Amino acid sequence: MVRFQNVTKIYPASNSGKKETVALEDISFEIKEKEFVLIVGRSGAGKTTLLRLILAEEKPTQGKIFFEGQDISKIKPAKLPMLRQKIGTVFQDYKLLVKKNAYENVAYIMEALGFSDLEIKRDVPKVLEIVGLAEKANNFPVELSAGEKQRLAIARALIHRPKVILADEPTGNLDPYNTSAIIRLLLKIHQMGTTLILATHDKEIVNSLEKRVISLENGRLFRDEEKGRFVL
Amino acid sequence: MFILLKRILKSGWQNFLRDKETIFPTIFVLLIAIFLASLIFFLRDVGGFLITSIKEKTDVSVYFKEDVSEEEILKVKEELLKIPEVKSVEYISREEAFQKFIERYKDNPSYMESLEMVGKNPFFAALNIRAFEAYQYPVIDEFFEKKELEALIDHRSYPKSKVVIDRIFSLTFLVERVGIVLAILFLIIAILVNFNTIRLAILNSKTEIEIQRMVGASNWFIKGPFLTQGIICGILAAFISLFILTSLCWFLSPKLEVFLAGLNIFNLYAKNFWILFLIQISTGILLAIISTTIAIRKYLRI
Repeated sequence: MVRFQNVTKIYPASNSGKKETVALEDISFEIKEKEFVLIVGRSGAGKTTLLRLILAEEKPTQGKIFFEGQDISKIKPAKLPMLRQKIGTVFQDYKLLVKKNAYENVAYIMEALGFSDLEIKRDVPKVLEIVGLAEKANNFPVELSAGEKQRLAIARALIHRPKVILADEPTGNLDPYNTSAIIRLLLKIHQMGTTLILATHDKEIVNSLEKRVISLENGRLFRDEEKGRFVL
Repeated sequence: MFILLKRILKSGWQNFLRDKETIFPTIFVLLIAIFLASLIFFLRDVGGFLITSIKEKTDVSVYFKEDVSEEEILKVKEELLKIPEVKSVEYISREEAFQKFIERYKDNPSYMESLEMVGKNPFFAALNIRAFEAYQYPVIDEFFEKKELEALIDHRSYPKSKVVIDRIFSLTFLVERVGIVLAILFLIIAILVNFNTIRLAILNSKTEIEIQRMVGASNWFIKGPFLTQGIICGILAAFISLFILTSLCWFLSPKLEVFLAGLNIFNLYAKNFWILFLIQISTGILLAIISTTIAIRKYLRI
């Protein structure tokens, strides 16, 4: 489903005196359909850059990235929406549309993808029910707690049944109770047949899940294990 | 396609209702630009009317000596009509001038007594000449400086009325120049309006645009609501401007009629209502489209 082939990402030096940064160096791996993969590493190890490359928000300096067999390292801007419609994204800072309520945040994706009004009315309440936000459908993001915002972000990532969900530190801002709720939710989504790529530096999550772990350090891949553990 | 358009319009309308911090300043700056555009257009109309009415009342007269025959004067008239700058020439005989005087001052005993004391027709036969433009009178006056004509002419009004004509001439230019200066001023304000609107759009929507791009929304699905929101602001600003201009004309018209040579500005406004309406709506929509498009073009890239 996702294949990195000798990918290097270098951020050039900036005029403000910031030196050249090697975010990822010669990374190669493949993620198969319906896999649950954890991307592990310290802050600045390159986890977020790796996810941004899959989303084609960044282009690799060297190497190639394939999504469903298509080389996305040189994808044209016009084709970006089509790629991103196949991916669901969950971020640490939620990235919700602040001017839309919970229902509209989820419905927005379906509207953008051209689903009918009937499908939207049928599916959005169901997904809000799954993430436990049925009662808060009319609330705006500012009226939701951190855990609720993240559950809403997951509902949004899930609504159009994407092939893969990218979750970048989804529990970074949450307390242990909400962290465990979010992880249970992600596992449930994976069991429903969605490929899941979860970037985290939370040792307990990694060790409790017993899933494939790709470990990064200073932009290099130093461990790729089935049923891996948090080793840094 | 229809469902996409419907959703874009709905989303734009929702943004408009919810985005109050941006909406009010945007409408306000758009209102200033639209109001100025229509005011310049309207003032040009008022100025044009005043100049035309003054021009209509302006002419120069040439008075012929008593012994000059009507035939000779009509010959001069023929010659005058050949000058391209001459719009019209009216011949007033001594008798007509006399009758006109009596007609005008019949109720004024002192004038009539003076006329009786003179004992004869004291008026000269004259040619009243009108030029197409105020600045053309010197050319016409030169015609009478020929030696053969000097013998026929008693006096000319031009040297005396030159000051008035020159004023009208400079007033014409002044009104046009003021129009140009105001137009430039309007342009600068319009640019500032655009800039401010873009800035506000950026501050409020940058994160939202990035999120929309990231979840796979197409360019038009992102652009559309912003464009709709901008157009709604433009139309609303145009209606407010129309209301202000209508009210101003309504209240000021009776007060200004005396100063504006009997011009009723409300009637002039009513006559030009549809063109003013069109100018305001199109300026509003155009400004909104330009500013929104620039903002989106600049910040839609990720």
